[in-house]
Amino acid sequence: MHNFEFVKPSSIADAVAALAAEGAQPLSGGQTLLPTMKQRLAAPEVLVSLTGIPEMQGVCTGDGGLHIGGATPHAVVAREAASHYPALAALAGGIGDPAVRNRGTIGGSVANNDPAACYPAAVLASGVTVVTSTRKIAADDYFQGMFTTALEEGEFITSVIFRIPQAAAYVKFNQPASRFALTAVFVAKFADGVRVAVTGASNNGVFRWEEAEDALTADFSAGAIAGLTASAEDMISDLHGSAAYRANLVKVLTGRAVTAAR
Amino acid sequence: MTKVTMTVNGKSVSAEAEGRTLLVNYLREGLGLTGTHVGCDTSQCGACVVHVDGKAVKSCTVFAMDVAGSEVRTIEGMANADGSLGVVQQAFQDHHGLQCGFCTPGMVMTTAALLANNPKPTEAEVRHELEGNICRCTGYHNIVKAVLAASGQDAGAMAAE
Ligand SMILES: Cc1cc2nc3c(=O)[nH]c(=O)nc-3n(C[C@H](O)[C@H](O)[C@H](O)COP(=O)(O)OP(=O)(O)OC[C@H]3O[C@@H](n4cnc5c(N)ncnc54)[C@H](O)[C@@H]3O)c2cc1C
Ligand code: FES
Ligand code: FES
Repeated sequence: MHNFEFVKPSSIADAVAALAAEGAQPLSGGQTLLPTMKQRLAAPEVLVSLTGIPEMQGVCTGDGGLHIGGATPHAVVAREAASHYPALAALAGGIGDPAVRNRGTIGGSVANNDPAACYPAAVLASGVTVVTSTRKIAADDYFQGMFTTALEEGEFITSVIFRIPQAAAYVKFNQPASRFALTAVFVAKFADGVRVAVTGASNNGVFRWEEAEDALTADFSAGAIAGLTASAEDMISDLHGSAAYRANLVKVLTGRAVTAAR
Repeated sequence: MTKVTMTVNGKSVSAEAEGRTLLVNYLREGLGLTGTHVGCDTSQCGACVVHVDGKAVKSCTVFAMDVAGSEVRTIEGMANADGSLGVVQQAFQDHHGLQCGFCTPGMVMTTAALLANNPKPTEAEVRHELEGNICRCTGYHNIVKAVLAASGQDAGAMAAE
């Protein structure tokens, strides 16, 4: 790993200033960034830890729904969101393993936008507002393809605001070696319609399965999507599963999520 | 190089570290605490698990500077004050929860964190919580037995698979 200068600001304002430096990059739980740096796929000159900023920690209800600080670890979301948004808490409690959940954060996960990560599905299905150091971004405008987001250089996620649905569930088909999702589906039912977000399946990263959303908005039951087929075009094909296999999983898991939703 | 200070196994300690110094290297090379093992160095195996402020973390995936000032506990801090094995360690020995022993420090630390949060876990909960700890030798069955025994439950009742 290349060396770097390490800084740990204690406020958002100080982090903004630190991240303005040439070659600076944010560090949250490091559960993705450290392995990447070990492989020298990332070599920041300045690493700005966001884990010492009290304003970026914790879960609370507020304007627009459930507010989760950008540096809140998965284990804390699993515990503290349980009574407000059980499907989201269950998703956080199923990420990786306990040690990953104790360090990894929602901001790091949403910023990284790994095509097999769990949080992007919850964010897209819940119609979240991503709050950054400079602005608010709607979930539908935020994800821009595998590992690509609307975030600009030096901009970082300070919190995410989830709309709380009437019923929701996340069903993850584990890739047991990596503990990421081989494919997973988040279904969320709101008064104004159903949203279905799929992760782990597409070469373009997390996406909404709109055909299923229309069918489920009309009739929220697993049977409502029985006649649909998710297209295998643009789906990931690797040694763990072909594109057709993943496309089939999308449909099967959507049905399971609808049945499990509460 | 900067001096990084933290509390390790109840004692205030300091050692030199760079930005890139991993917590595991700070412990092993800086402090000579070689009980914490590096199995993979890719965040997969859990051999390097220690507690930081009471929480299990992979010490190969944390920078020492990021946890400066924290309370760290390693496998060296798990024995009783008189040097005899602690409850979790003794249960691993009694139930043959180790063969080569390479994964054991991480297993013991993950188990101790699990039992602190959930003193009487079910077998399924134990297996879920140990997902991040890989063992090449035992086939896990005796590890799960050891964890149940350490929690004061009757591990003999667990089905032999
Ligand atoms: C063994 C293992 C299993 C895992 N399993 C899963 C799984 O099942 N599902 C899953 O979803 N994930 C999984 N992960 C990934 C884990 O959830 C990571 O914690 C997460 O992807 C990244 O969060 P982090 O806080 O660790 O971010 P970091 O690693 O610190 O950062 C990741 C990237 O985001 C940037 N960044 C960090 N914070 C911010 C911010 N607030 N604003 C803007 N940019 C930021 C960093 O610069 C970096 O580029 C796993 C990881 C491991 C090691
Ligand atoms: S050595 Fe840290 S997880 Fe394997
Ligand atoms: S006892 Fe050998 S790796 Fe677990």
